[in-house]
Amino acid sequence: MFKRRPVLVAYAGFLLFFLYFPLLVLSISSFRGGPTFYHWYRRAFSDPQLLLALRNSIAIGLGTTVFSTLLGTLAALGMRKEQFWGRVFFESLLNLPLVLPEIVMGLAMLVWFVFLNITLGLFSVVLAHTTFTVSYVTLIILARLKGMDPLLEEAAADLGATPWRTFSRVTLPLLLPAVVSGALLAFTLSFDDFLITFFTAGVGSDTLPLRIYSMMRFGVTPEMNAISSAMLFLTLGAVLTVFRLRKD
Amino acid sequence: MNQKMSRRQPPLLILPSLAWFIVFLIIPIGIVILYSVRHKGAYGQVDWSLNLDNYKRAFEPIYLMIVARSLWLAAYTTAICLALSYPLAYFMARSSEGAKKALLALVIIPFWTNFVIRVYSLKLVLGEAGTINSVLLKLHLISAPLQMVDNSFGVSIGMVYNYLPFMVLPMYVALDKFDFTLMDAAYDLGATKTQTIIRVLLPLSLPGIVTGSLFVFIPAFGEFVIPDLLGGSQSMYVGTLITETFLKSRDWPFGSALSSFLVLFAMAAFMFVLSRQAADDENLRRAENTAPAPLPDTKVALHV
Repeated sequence: MFKRRPVLVAYAGFLLFFLYFPLLVLSISSFRGGPTFYHWYRRAFSDPQLLLALRNSIAIGLGTTVFSTLLGTLAALGMRKEQFWGRVFFESLLNLPLVLPEIVMGLAMLVWFVFLNITLGLFSVVLAHTTFTVSYVTLIILARLKGMDPLLEEAAADLGATPWRTFSRVTLPLLLPAVVSGALLAFTLSFDDFLITFFTAGVGSDTLPLRIYSMMRFGVTPEMNAISSAMLFLTLGAVLTVFRLRKD
Repeated sequence: MNQKMSRRQPPLLILPSLAWFIVFLIIPIGIVILYSVRHKGAYGQVDWSLNLDNYKRAFEPIYLMIVARSLWLAAYTTAICLALSYPLAYFMARSSEGAKKALLALVIIPFWTNFVIRVYSLKLVLGEAGTINSVLLKLHLISAPLQMVDNSFGVSIGMVYNYLPFMVLPMYVALDKFDFTLMDAAYDLGATKTQTIIRVLLPLSLPGIVTGSLFVFIPAFGEFVIPDLLGGSQSMYVGTLITETFLKSRDWPFGSALSSFLVLFAMAAFMFVLSRQAADDENLRRAENTAPAPLPDTKVALHV
């Protein structure tokens, strides 16, 4: 297959190189120029502002994960009902965060929080992040539910299991990989988000992407290479885990 | 009758998310639209008398210039991404199953990495003391570093770099379902290579082209981070304008009017694709091909 299209192979290689080269340069330079290869990592992880940003990102990510996994799992289970009043409306609501420009979601939320007198900070960011991650979690779990054999649950019911027992012993274990990958996705989306956080985080609740953004406006430092690479590796780890989970 | 009613009753399990979406999505957007027909008072407070001045103001020449610049940016980003992605998506679709999976993962992984970090890494490569300049200087191909960031060149590269996966994926989804024996049939019936591409391949992969273009065009139109970080300070885009109106000049009514346009624009494009998809589904089914994935599903797939 490959031999017959040397031009296309070369072209694909070139495009992938274009996509990966900057990330490669970033990770290589994060290890260079210091007395030890981990020098800049050490420096970055002892910068109090970066550490605070990291803590904020993790706190927001965890909060978002809990809320959106809970809401998303429930919604996906509810959506198994084929027909109900308002189903089309709810489906459109689910898709809305995926098609709305992020900037609009961010500023709409900012206006609403100010209107409600909610202090801009970690909590307001969690509320905003949950709003756009719920959709992703729901759609992933829904996809898994659609691929599930309904006979298994019917068999459990026929054998005398109560609805709750059927759910906890059959449905939930089968669904667990999807729930976990939904949760991981929610965390990653929240951890990575820039625009919505930009609008809804108040003063002093910078997340890591926000911190990197504001540092970048003043130039490039080796510590930034280190912290960015650390984030890169973290995301790669999460992606590979999700890929693994989906294979099972 | 009663039984039928309860059968159509919405499941209780969706109520929490339904409530969440109403409180944190519908109402906020409603408020933005409400703000857009208000007026900014003398002390920066919002004056609650109804008027359409903000919308009129958006059509003043300075703002129209900004809109035109953003449209141009979005248009050429879309065009370049389209031209670059099509051969790659075609190659992916014609590869063996194993190679398909690997290539797909390779395209998606950069998309997963943080957006700000991707822009930052690009700056490391393109910057004055960046990789490209130091290599060229060492090889004595140039005598002074090339200026590749803080200008429109930097913005273009940044936009294409960032939006490329958005285009490749829907295009691949469409081409993967394409029945390539149709092309052989066209050859057998005497069509030339160009004719086959124009009359068979392109029309049947149009849904992918449209979806991908929209994925790129809509966010590119409202983009503000890439011009901000790679474009220097000289040019203003719609995204920049909205951000500054909200956060710097604090003119929320005007900012709301501008964002309402963006919402309208995104919705119209979304509706257009959905209606097209319905028509295309029908056509494709007739051609005994499976229907392309709907728009939001493709977006989720990008993340999974």
